[in-house]
Amino acid sequence: MRRGLVVIAAALCMAAASDPSERLPDPAQEAAAREIFQEVRCLVCQNESINDSDAELARDLRRVVREQVAAGRDPSQVKAFLTDRYGEYVLLKPAFSLGNAVLWLGPFLAVLAGLAFLALRVRRRDLSEGLTVDEEARLARLLEDRDA
Amino acid sequence: MIIELGHFALILAFVLALTQASLPLIGAARGNAALMAVARPAAFGQLIFLLLAFAALMYAFVTSDFSVQVVAANSHTAKPMLYKIAGLWGNHEGSLLLWVLILALFGAAVAGVGDNLPATLRARVLSVQAMIATGFLSFMLATSNPFTRLIPAPLDGNGLNPLLQDPGLAFHPPFLYLGYVGFSMAFSFAVAALIEGRVDPAWARWVRPWTLAAWCFLTIGIAMGSWWAYYELGWGGWWFWDPVENASFMPWLIATALLHSAVVTEKRGALSGWTLFLALAAFTFSMLGAFLVRSGVLTSVHAFAVDPTRGALLLAILGVASGAGFALFAWRAPALQPGGLFAPASRESLIVLNNIILTAATATVLLGTLYPLIREAMDGDAVSVGPPYFNLTFTPLMAVAFLILPFGPLTAWKRGDLTAAGQRLMLAAAAAIIFGLATFALVSPRKALAAAGVALGFWLVFGALAEVAERTRAFRAPGAEVWRRLVGLPRGAWGMTLAHLGLGVFTLGAVFETAWKIEAAEALSLGGRIEVGAYSLTLDSVRTGEGPNYIAERGVITVRRGGREVCTARPERRFYPTGKQTTSEVALCNRGLDQIYIVLGERRAGEGGRPAWLVRGYFNPWVQLIFLGPLLMAVGGLVSVTDRRLRIAAGTKAT
Repeated sequence: MRRGLVVIAAALCMAAASDPSERLPDPAQEAAAREIFQEVRCLVCQNESINDSDAELARDLRRVVREQVAAGRDPSQVKAFLTDRYGEYVLLKPAFSLGNAVLWLGPFLAVLAGLAFLALRVRRRDLSEGLTVDEEARLARLLEDRDA
Repeated sequence: MIIELGHFALILAFVLALTQASLPLIGAARGNAALMAVARPAAFGQLIFLLLAFAALMYAFVTSDFSVQVVAANSHTAKPMLYKIAGLWGNHEGSLLLWVLILALFGAAVAGVGDNLPATLRARVLSVQAMIATGFLSFMLATSNPFTRLIPAPLDGNGLNPLLQDPGLAFHPPFLYLGYVGFSMAFSFAVAALIEGRVDPAWARWVRPWTLAAWCFLTIGIAMGSWWAYYELGWGGWWFWDPVENASFMPWLIATALLHSAVVTEKRGALSGWTLFLALAAFTFSMLGAFLVRSGVLTSVHAFAVDPTRGALLLAILGVASGAGFALFAWRAPALQPGGLFAPASRESLIVLNNIILTAATATVLLGTLYPLIREAMDGDAVSVGPPYFNLTFTPLMAVAFLILPFGPLTAWKRGDLTAAGQRLMLAAAAAIIFGLATFALVSPRKALAAAGVALGFWLVFGALAEVAERTRAFRAPGAEVWRRLVGLPRGAWGMTLAHLGLGVFTLGAVFETAWKIEAAEALSLGGRIEVGAYSLTLDSVRTGEGPNYIAERGVITVRRGGREVCTARPERRFYPTGKQTTSEVALCNRGLDQIYIVLGERRAGEGGRPAWLVRGYFNPWVQLIFLGPLLMAVGGLVSVTDRRLRIAAGTKAT
């Protein structure tokens, strides 16, 4: 019955992380924790970081992260701790690993492919340029007509 | 009865679409003018019947007829009228009706003003457009009929999600759909051209205004959605790289590439194959977006109307339409006439570079959006791809594109001189660097990368202005001549300048807001105060009140700067009993380009047992530019649509 709108369940999430009752006393540590929050997924939410979500689980995860930061762990250790517990799904930024090579290299390969295609076409065009002299002349005439 | 009439009109529209999809195509192939002539009245008829169907459903929503299933599921008697109306497209069935209505609207527009098109091309375009309509109409009638009755009718409806009860969002879907569906025009033109086997500058000139109009609508639609997220979701973010946002962004990126390559095809006759490819791709991405949003294959904050069966059928429509389009492309495109030649240093080459980057950026967004599905299918691992990924891949790609952009308009067609263009941009570059350095020196905390981003934004702004200066010989010719040239600039040129300017303005806002926003939150009792940057917020009072369909706590917060009062903010926290949901109404206090963004949070026990409210304040510097930029782009697009040259092409007889 309730299939019209899958309710935006995480709707009440209002930058939950800034709640003063949760904050760490040391501002530097708090800032470090907030940095990490942005890369950690609220597992039960639709698609939000624990920085934004007000869900119970997000609160728990924030507490875990804050405790770890307060204990002096660095961000990569905290993230490793989280992935050990919850799997890679918990990170909004997938690891730079061989398994994720397609993801991280894809964009740059796409640019390279485009440039290679362009280079190839330019070269092929050079060949055809040498072949069709009269075509060039026709083109020049057309251009003149248009400019006139 | 009206509902049944609407249902009947929908079926008639389907029958007309079927006729329009077949007869004119056969007519064009056989050179039969009578068959081709079917296209125009069929297109008008389809529009009229869909308007009737739309009106019937609108009537059901306005009168809260809960014997209609979609109305019962998505409306409520206590809802304000605006949202009763907007409720029509706030659900799967109704939004699909809007979708096919717009499809028919574009079809009828071509039928109405396309007198100058060759008869066969027009017949084929309308035929292809009707094929798409047939697909969606049959999908609607088979699985998503908005006119299905619900017997017995409930006493009241389920209501619309309160988060969606917002003026910004009420008009967001129609704009978005005008954009998405508008690209069907480019698709139909491309398929028709492939059937004809001819793509020439005239074709590009016919297809450009439609794409441009759709692009403007999509730009506005996306900006409105972003604005809604900004002030309705309550944490000041305006873009989340959410799958649904990405679904709307991908067609926009491809259409932007298409607009540029179509100019090359129109002016120089080159890149015709590539332009066709993009025309097919733009609508493919629109359909892909519809599939992703409605099938529920991706989890999203905005997920709506999720149903796997419907998803499969949408995927089938997407597969058939795009599959056929691209198969035709693979078959016919190699035979197309090769277009004009150009040197590596020319405006054409720069536009190709722009296209490579925009296409790669689209591929990046697609990859990031679908990657969780790919990984899951490959090794069963669940992974997430969130904003950090896009910031590291998409953003640098765009930065490169922005660096190149100002060179484009200042480089000549065919054989240009990049050094000369560079010299003309010297002043713009110097100004951009100075502004970047000033930002680095003056804004605290110091952020080098963000300062570079600000410089990049100014580079786009000054680059756009430099181009106008160049065209009008400003600073070199006498004032009168500059003025004469300025007035004489074609609207297309103004449109381009505005759009590029808008991109720069957006960049400035996005960089500045992201890098230097300030956030503060505290549980405040009455009279309590928090500091947000240079501003202090005092909670004066909180009163309980009632809205049409909600109960609210209304806060009054005075914003001061240096002891002087600058504005009074009234944020609200609303509870909607119908859906048992709480939302927050943000209060915005405008200060030039900046905004102070204030949220009233939950009530909790404060010091000494006095009640306190969680108050959050954000100082969002230059945030207005984020929304002003896209507006400028859209205005630029509209100015360009009204260019005489395009009007001649789209309206009266071509010379």
